[in-house]
Amino acid sequence: MKRNARGGVLATGLALALGGCRGLQTMLDPVGDQARHIDDIWRVMLAVCGVMYVLVLGFLAWALWRARRNAAAVSTADGPVAGHSPAEPILERTLTGWTGLVVAGLILLVTVSFLVDRSLAEVGPDPLPVKVVAHQWWWEVEYKSSGADPQVTTANELHLPLDRPAVIELQSYDVIHSFWVPNLAGKTDLIPGRTNYVTLTPRRLGPLRGQCAEFCGLQHARMAFDVVVETPQAFEAWRAKQLKPADAPAGAAEAHGKQVFESKACALCHAVQGSEAGASNGPDLTHLMSRGHIAAGARPNTRGDLAAWIADPQGVKPGATMPRVPLSSEDLNDLVSYLETLK
Amino acid sequence: MQGADCRVALRRAGPVRRVAAIGPALVCAVTLASCHREDRNLSATADSAPKFVALSDLRPGPPGPPPPDDPRAAEYEGNATHIANGQRYFQWFNCNGCHFNGGGGIGPALMDDKWRYGGKTEQIYASIVQGRPNGMPSFKDKIPDQQVWEIAAYVRALSGNADKLAEPSRAEDMRSIPPINNIDRQPPKPDPAATKAGGQ
Repeated sequence: MKRNARGGVLATGLALALGGCRGLQTMLDPVGDQARHIDDIWRVMLAVCGVMYVLVLGFLAWALWRARRNAAAVSTADGPVAGHSPAEPILERTLTGWTGLVVAGLILLVTVSFLVDRSLAEVGPDPLPVKVVAHQWWWEVEYKSSGADPQVTTANELHLPLDRPAVIELQSYDVIHSFWVPNLAGKTDLIPGRTNYVTLTPRRLGPLRGQCAEFCGLQHARMAFDVVVETPQAFEAWRAKQLKPADAPAGAAEAHGKQVFESKACALCHAVQGSEAGASNGPDLTHLMSRGHIAAGARPNTRGDLAAWIADPQGVKPGATMPRVPLSSEDLNDLVSYLETLK
Repeated sequence: MQGADCRVALRRAGPVRRVAAIGPALVCAVTLASCHREDRNLSATADSAPKFVALSDLRPGPPGPPPPDDPRAAEYEGNATHIANGQRYFQWFNCNGCHFNGGGGIGPALMDDKWRYGGKTEQIYASIVQGRPNGMPSFKDKIPDQQVWEIAAYVRALSGNADKLAEPSRAEDMRSIPPINNIDRQPPKPDPAATKAGGQ
């Protein structure tokens, strides 16, 4: 019975651990060129270090066994005097070989590390320029205008076309953050006053998740963003849609909600293109409902969660810079109805 | 027994040793006491405006008495987090659009000792909520109360009048002004021009 329980726990643990190998946010399931190269270096390191580890343990076992054998030999027969062991050619040769192996292993690691580092700095043809500015505690994402493509600003989501490299320009508004989409590439810090770059070349369609990887204050843990890898056509369609201003609300409740949005504290931080609200202290909400999550991945984007977030931001994300704005329940309801029109 | 040993040892030790033994304990006590300067009251809602606020300071005769103290003022001006948040909102809500970084430009300077409408946190709160003649807009219903209190506490700190224990030594982001705890202290003085015009 006990053994069964222990087996069950072990199996569950293993299943959970293996489940982590595939998912939205894991470096063990690389879907981008950069992450694959990093995965290569990880495998080489694992192999080299694994072999060395096994060899070291083997030598240790051999040394213990040898010491015991020698001790037995001294006690039974009149062997050599302690401290004067005879030369053992096999030991000398093994040590020489061991040194050679260590040098070879290190050379291999340095070479692989050099090659991977070089490949990470390479950018493929026709890169997509994107700027990401980290704020406490959300991500501002700006698709920079290039050629005929005008600029698009969104928040907490990164849409990437398949098989096209995206060069992400990383800046910070306040403190040091770190940009990390484990399935696509390694971490890169966002440092106030300087610009860093990271290249992402996604090779598989589907959703992924990124996360701030440098402690940046109270809500560091709830500073995530959604990554959507889509076909180039879908990406262009998304981009075209993001360019449009918000439609004027149709219903009376929605119109009242818009009025609340524009006249209360909302408009002091947020922007909705096509309305009076044009501030940039918080996320741009023009196409809020096209996003999967609100509050930088803290909650799913549903009516209930939106209402809860507006009614008590400090309850959802304590310390967030979004204040509690006193609203009547009618105002709150209409406001959420208005936000739901921002498709 | 051990305690007695300790006391004997302390008595035998020279004054330097005694300080060395008591010093760390004192430092610990002082450090722990200072934890309160950053208490974060996240769920606070400054739900109502101060009761004293009058619509105008214009009245016949000499300036009236200053408004009564509001307990929330002390809470906000004595807390480093609130002052640091006020610094952030000062920029977010475009106070620096007119007052610049406190040195003044389109609007009056906030770093000096002149206060047309009073230099107490309650009075600064009232100025922000009600607006003032010659261009200061009213932010009533625009900025939630808690944030107004935080901005008021920061504005008071701009002239070095914040509680020395509460003044933050750094902001959460890059700033073009020195840390608030480096600002020269300028106790509020009545502005003669404003007094003449009927202000305080």
